[in-house]
Amino acid sequence: MATETHDVAADVAHGAAEAAGHAAQSAGMPQLDFASFPNQIFWLLVTLALIWWVLTRIALPRISAVLADRQGTITGDLTAAEDYKLKAKDAEAAYERALADARTQAQKIVAGAKAEIQKDLAVATAHADAEIGARAAESEARINEVRAGALEAVENVAKVTAADIVAALGGKVDAKAVAAAVSARLKG
Amino acid sequence: MEGDIVQMGAYIGAGLACMGMGGAAVGVGNVAGNFLSGALRNPSAAAGQTATLFIGIAFAEALGIFSFLVALLLMFAV
Amino acid sequence: MATEAEGTGLVFHPMDQFIVKPLFGEGPIHWYTPTNVTLWMGLTVLAIILVLVVGTRGRAVVPTRIQSIAELAYGFVHKMVEDVAGKDGLKYFPYIFTLFMFIVFANFLGLLPRAFTATSHIAVTGVLALMVFVSVTVLGFVKNGASFLGLFWVASAPLALRPVLALIEVISYFVRPVSHSIRLAGNMMAGHAVIKVFAGFAAIAVISPLSIAAITAMYGLEILVSFIQAYVFTILTCVYLKDALHPHH
Repeated sequence: MATETHDVAADVAHGAAEAAGHAAQSAGMPQLDFASFPNQIFWLLVTLALIWWVLTRIALPRISAVLADRQGTITGDLTAAEDYKLKAKDAEAAYERALADARTQAQKIVAGAKAEIQKDLAVATAHADAEIGARAAESEARINEVRAGALEAVENVAKVTAADIVAALGGKVDAKAVAAAVSARLKG
Repeated sequence: MEGDIVQMGAYIGAGLACMGMGGAAVGVGNVAGNFLSGALRNPSAAAGQTATLFIGIAFAEALGIFSFLVALLLMFAV
Repeated sequence: MATEAEGTGLVFHPMDQFIVKPLFGEGPIHWYTPTNVTLWMGLTVLAIILVLVVGTRGRAVVPTRIQSIAELAYGFVHKMVEDVAGKDGLKYFPYIFTLFMFIVFANFLGLLPRAFTATSHIAVTGVLALMVFVSVTVLGFVKNGASFLGLFWVASAPLALRPVLALIEVISYFVRPVSHSIRLAGNMMAGHAVIKVFAGFAAIAVISPLSIAAITAMYGLEILVSFIQAYVFTILTCVYLKDALHPHH
């Protein structure tokens, strides 16, 4: 039985090998079929030579040129970017300077205006002070005048009243004496 | 009959030779696992050692391939 | 090679996709026969020209989408060479870039359905790795003369250990092209074979949704692997170049 199976297997193997269309070898592994070695080696060498030729003639110089080109472009772009950055920095500095200038200018103007206003204010204040002083003096004078007038009126009233009282009491009115007495009394 | 015994021996030998592939599997796993544990400890150094990793795996695997080759030779060429 | 479980109709041909066949007709494969290898390598070259030459024809300072992919690839590999191999490694940048572009485009084109993956063949990756190995070794001796052998003499180790270490270093140096090539071819082959195996399971109606989901997941992983393997191949080339330029550790 075992023999039979083996025979069948061998037959099938043989048939398959023949059907595959190659010269039937006893060695089952195609890798160990030494008859095909010269063929493979020949075509391998041809292939390698071809690839090597294409690579060294065309592909490698081109790719390395492209890579170098790209490197150059990147470096150039980076330098340009650096330039732009510097420019931007300069512009920023100029802007800052202008800003600072404007600020000092504004401060100067503000200070000037303030000084002017102060001056005006001082003048106006002095003016007002003077006026107020004058008015006050005038008022005082008037007040004094009024006060003096009032005192005089009081004296007169007192004199008249005293003379009237004396007359009412039946005395003889001596105007001078009454006036003197009243004055003395008021002073005392 | 005698040829059958030879055939039987060859097939048994082929099966035995396949055990070598298990050894290669252990070896490759060892290399990769140790690389991984080393890489996790020091990830910054890992990138530079991948070439060494692949060389190690290739050497470990080559021996498994040899045993596979022995199996194939026994199966087909003896 | 093909196994058929009787009754279920399950057929697996995971390795058939790697068969090298002539493009036109049948017959033996001579070294000059145009095969599917030729076709897919030619498509790789076309794709590279499309991205790196046609895509950059505008030479735009602000790149278009394809041009930025080209520039990304250029910058990626350029930085890798500079970081790993140093400034004096940049002289060899076109060579490394050629390797990277070829591997990454061959890997990605191989992911197209019904495509042939050139980088899944030991013959191809072996030649790539041997070219790196030979040129780096020659470069090391030309640049440093006999002091390039200092690469194998670990001066920082104790004196008694140095011969042993030197032996190990020499062995590991000569294993480099082997692991360098098998890593790439093996990864590509493994991924594609696994996808094919899952595709074989899709013949059973019950598990076909699962199988298609698995194919989708593997496809995503393969996209990742395609890039990572190109990256790893390139970076290891850079590491070897660094060893050639500065052999003293």
